[in-house]
Amino acid sequence: MNPTRPSSEPAYARVDVTEAAARILRDLRAAHGPLMFHQSGGCCDGSSPMCFPQGQFRTGASDALLAELQVEGVPEPIGFWMSAAQFELWRHTHLTVDVVPGRGSGFSLEAPEGVRFLTRSRLLTDEEDEVLNKTGR
Amino acid sequence: MARYAAPGQSEAKMSYQSRYDHWIGGEYVTPHRGQYFENPSPVTGQTFTEIARGTAEDVERALDAAHGAAPAWGRTPVAQRAEVLNKIADRMQEHLEALAVAETWENGKPIRETLAADLPLAIDHFRYFAGAIRAQEGSLAELDDDTVAYHFHEPLGVVGQIIPWNFPILMATWKLAPALAAGNAVVLKPAEQTPASIHYLMSLIADLLPPGVVNIVNGFGVEAGRPLASSARVAKVAFTGETTTGRLIMQYASENLKPVTLELGGKSPNIFFDDVSAADDEFFDKALEGFTMFALNQGEVCTCPSRALIQIGHYRRFLDAAIARTEKIVQGHPLDTETMIGAQASNDQLEKILAYLEIGRQEGAKVLTGGHRAELEGELAGGYYVQPTIFQGSNHMRIFQEEIFGPVVSVAPFSDFDEAIKIANDSLYGLGAGVWTRDINTAYRAGRSIQAGRVWTNCYHAYPAHAAFGGYKQSGIGRENHKMMLDHYQQTKNLLVSYSPKKLGFF
Repeated sequence: MNPTRPSSEPAYARVDVTEAAARILRDLRAAHGPLMFHQSGGCCDGSSPMCFPQGQFRTGASDALLAELQVEGVPEPIGFWMSAAQFELWRHTHLTVDVVPGRGSGFSLEAPEGVRFLTRSRLLTDEEDEVLNKTGR
Repeated sequence: MARYAAPGQSEAKMSYQSRYDHWIGGEYVTPHRGQYFENPSPVTGQTFTEIARGTAEDVERALDAAHGAAPAWGRTPVAQRAEVLNKIADRMQEHLEALAVAETWENGKPIRETLAADLPLAIDHFRYFAGAIRAQEGSLAELDDDTVAYHFHEPLGVVGQIIPWNFPILMATWKLAPALAAGNAVVLKPAEQTPASIHYLMSLIADLLPPGVVNIVNGFGVEAGRPLASSARVAKVAFTGETTTGRLIMQYASENLKPVTLELGGKSPNIFFDDVSAADDEFFDKALEGFTMFALNQGEVCTCPSRALIQIGHYRRFLDAAIARTEKIVQGHPLDTETMIGAQASNDQLEKILAYLEIGRQEGAKVLTGGHRAELEGELAGGYYVQPTIFQGSNHMRIFQEEIFGPVVSVAPFSDFDEAIKIANDSLYGLGAGVWTRDINTAYRAGRSIQAGRVWTNCYHAYPAHAAFGGYKQSGIGRENHKMMLDHYQQTKNLLVSYSPKKLGFF
């Protein structure tokens, strides 16, 4: 997942994408150009990953880049961002961007298609934790 | 048990239209691009109406109407503006049951709550701001014998308001009542999950408002919310939602140098000190109800008391009683008057909650009751229902740090006052909190020590119009409710007047 990682190393990633979500991302890329995610927090639609045209949401020093997602059929990586403070509370978990039927919300690009991206989580394995959290990235 | 008939049935208190257009300039206007989207009821999962799918063109048209109406509305005497708000309240009171049915069908919440909370609170909110605007006065300061500084309140003009889906009518009212009282015209975008009930309300009150003072543009955030939030033609944006969109709205506002108010949620602690269990009395019973408030509105409340912190001296006793109380929650058809918990507002909301139940287990939290989707039968089989769930775990877990927005409470013990405050404040958010104790000194110190905008003390989930509501930390900026809210919708005009004919002598 991380394009900067040499291919000889085990490919540990903080974030993956399901095939169903990848299909939506290909459509959104065709319609809107390069994309990005920012993982939300808080109420209502908090905890949902928000998908924007790249650069629409301004990230800054208070954000962490968790992954640059490689999606087949999407020419450039899709950055997956989260506020750094929130990331400290999430860093022991692996995230998978999935998609479910739904209505919104926020300003995320997929909502008019009648679907909603959803972040599924699991604990990092010990090996993943060692590589991702202890030896850096 | 009584069951209200669903909208459109022969005995029903109300029926929805089969389609709603935008409400702009006092009339229904078809969407510029001619598109509509389906609106399902979370009670059954079945579509009951379709809604205009708004875009930037529709937002512009609504802004035209609002700008046309704002100057006259802003000059309308406050007594007349207050009268309009009071008439809205009266009209809502006359149609309270119909509005409650409409809101329950739209959102999935039990009719018990819409009848007793959502609608009465909304009605009172209009009345409160009708009174507050009449009592508001500017000020004057006599700077010297011949110089006076006058301060006037002036409306901002046209404001944009983006409404959440958890209390569609009440949250719209929290934003509309102060904005209208202060003399502003409004362009309002309801949530796409709950776009219809506000139109039913408008159908009851439209004749009371001058055309263009309130305009409703429906649609998706990306297509209708973004053009509204980023418009240079709104003087202010008010938003309730989550942090990423809140930041985005601030970014847009910074481009236009406009103010925002943001309410972005929380992870509210509800603290039960040992002395709560000192007697098995009315207060103990009230505290158990306070614990169980996590299930109010299916947990879809920004201030859901979703972290229960229980002191170790009575931990087992209190928790056992709390589990028993939670297991008495009646889940069922939202239109049944006995139902205590209804449907989650949308399918994606349901899926998100289920994903949290999963990560909670993986992190080692123990399910004390609930923990699954509730499978209801018959016409409810397609609806979005979750069992009231109690987790036991510790505060570093994600289920303690993130607003699940479902009927899920995470419980942890604490040893003493300092640890309770430390855990309570170990959160990115600071919207609501609860403190339960028989000791007034403990109550006061805890309330002042918790970093949150609202600390309910020996109560929870009360929302009177004249108590300020809003967040510390990442829970947002600004307040809602209370007469101070008028300031959020007003400019300050200072006239600095000299009554002296004498020059200064500089030039």
